[in-house]
Amino acid sequence: MSGARMQRSIFPLLGVVVLLCLWQGYTALSGISQIVLPSPYDIGLVSIEQFHLLLQATWPTLVETVLGFALALLIGVPLAVSVANSRLLNLGLYPILVATQSIPKVAIAPIILVWFGLGIESKLALAFLVAFFPVVVDTATGLKATPPGLLELAHSLRASPLQIFMKVQMPAALPFVFAGAKVAITLAVIGAVIGEFVGSVAGLGNLVLSANAQLEGPLAWAALLWLSVLGILLFSAIALAERLLMPWQGTGRH
Amino acid sequence: MIAGAAAGRWGPSVGIGRDEFNVEPTGRPFGHFDAVRKVFARSGHEPLVAIENISFDLHSGKLVSLLGPSGCGKTTFLRIAAGLIAATSGIVQINGIDVSEPQPDFGVVFQQPNLMPWRSVLKNVLFPVEIRREGGEEAVARAIELLSLVGLSGFERVYPAELSGGMQQRVALCRALVHQPKLLLMDEPFGALDELTRMEMQDLLLNIRAKTKATVMLVTHSISEAIYLSDTVAVFSKRPATLVDCIEVGLPYPRKPETRYTPAFTAFEHRAGCALGITR
Ligand SMILES: Nc1ncnc2c1ncn2[C@@H]1O[C@H](COP(=O)(O)OP(=O)(O)O)[C@@H](O)[C@H]1O
Ligand SMILES: [Mg+2]
Repeated sequence: MSGARMQRSIFPLLGVVVLLCLWQGYTALSGISQIVLPSPYDIGLVSIEQFHLLLQATWPTLVETVLGFALALLIGVPLAVSVANSRLLNLGLYPILVATQSIPKVAIAPIILVWFGLGIESKLALAFLVAFFPVVVDTATGLKATPPGLLELAHSLRASPLQIFMKVQMPAALPFVFAGAKVAITLAVIGAVIGEFVGSVAGLGNLVLSANAQLEGPLAWAALLWLSVLGILLFSAIALAERLLMPWQGTGRH
Repeated sequence: MIAGAAAGRWGPSVGIGRDEFNVEPTGRPFGHFDAVRKVFARSGHEPLVAIENISFDLHSGKLVSLLGPSGCGKTTFLRIAAGLIAATSGIVQINGIDVSEPQPDFGVVFQQPNLMPWRSVLKNVLFPVEIRREGGEEAVARAIELLSLVGLSGFERVYPAELSGGMQQRVALCRALVHQPKLLLMDEPFGALDELTRMEMQDLLLNIRAKTKATVMLVTHSISEAIYLSDTVAVFSKRPATLVDCIEVGLPYPRKPETRYTPAFTAFEHRAGCALGITR
């Protein structure tokens, strides 16, 4: 391992360790209540003791997030393609897209709940709603950012519109699609949790609420910890897919 | 060899070698440009006349350079010849066809390599045959042979980002040749390269042309490049472009780097400089 790489893996770890030490020290010295701020040790302990409960709560949140995200891709990418290729669709749809996006999701969550009920559907819908926008915007941007030189090359070879789309525009937009997907997956977690907060019977968001209500500080914090780990894992999965699907990225000489 | 259909078409600035314009081509020329004019409509501005009046013939197997100052309309003319844009008026005939769209037997090398970063070198070279659904082992073999011809053997699986500018332009050259075009159109292909790489690439191009026997039309703003490479140099005026001189470079092929330092070479450079109005 080179010096630079050592630094890159050691310093983030060091930052976390220092933070945990300060946190542990503060809770021990100040005698603050567990309900207000549990120590990292307490949180860790509960995470192990209540492992089964946390795992059970993770599953619905994971499903809501992944399905909402998948739906956002499934609908967002084709929509971006039509918006990028048709001026009229672009003019007609973009204002609506932006308008829906400027509504705070917390504010429509209750309405969504009325529509879809307490089950997984309402959370999925919220996850979809927040994840959808970055997918559309980034994909459309990527499609429009296709280097004109490549389009002219394709034109000079008499490529058909479908060939141009499949072999030039789409691969050129792929880095943008992934940039959007990375934002979308983290937002999807938030969307699912918002749904769980507003009304639910399961999930990590639900656990945070119920643990808090029962004054089980460490468990609430453990659920939060699991939520952020879930977010990191999902993000890493997208990053991994990106590396596998775009092996040419990062091969540059610089 | 370029020969104008009529004298006097090149305007008052024609001073030298006028009689060469009057050589009538024998038989049917491969390419025929007559009174080509291009006006760009611009919203909010008056139309821009990029090309005023260009006429010449392009003969099979010859290498013709379009030489002119920056912004004079060379790229525009090449794009018209390539069928990428339409002339406003005039005749553009290549291989017996009125060119109004890109032709299957043309190969184009752009000013930028325009390689696809997501394709390996070999896949980039194979792009044209893939678009024409002519892939297959034969095409792959041809691509590999072309790559070895330009000194890129062993780089087939590498991504473009790992190549230098000169190497990328060599890949672009292979890509333009992989479907064995009759006409190779090149727009300042070596313009972005450093002097030494540039001279290497010029020799490479002459080599490849000798092997493929393709007709070449090449845009450049370098006088020495035009003289060194060409059978004929068509000198364009400032915008709007007119043809101010057609220089038949009689220097025999194969040309060697030493050729650049011969009195005959310098004389041709001088003549091009006069036509461009940068010397007398
Ligand atoms: N699509 C276009 N619309 C308007 N003007 C253009 C267009 N393409 C080129 N021009 C103009 O035509 C002139 C000639 O351009 P170009 O052919 O690129 O010159 P050169 O290749 O000789 O440097 C320039 O003034 C340029 O701005
Ligand atoms: Mg140009």
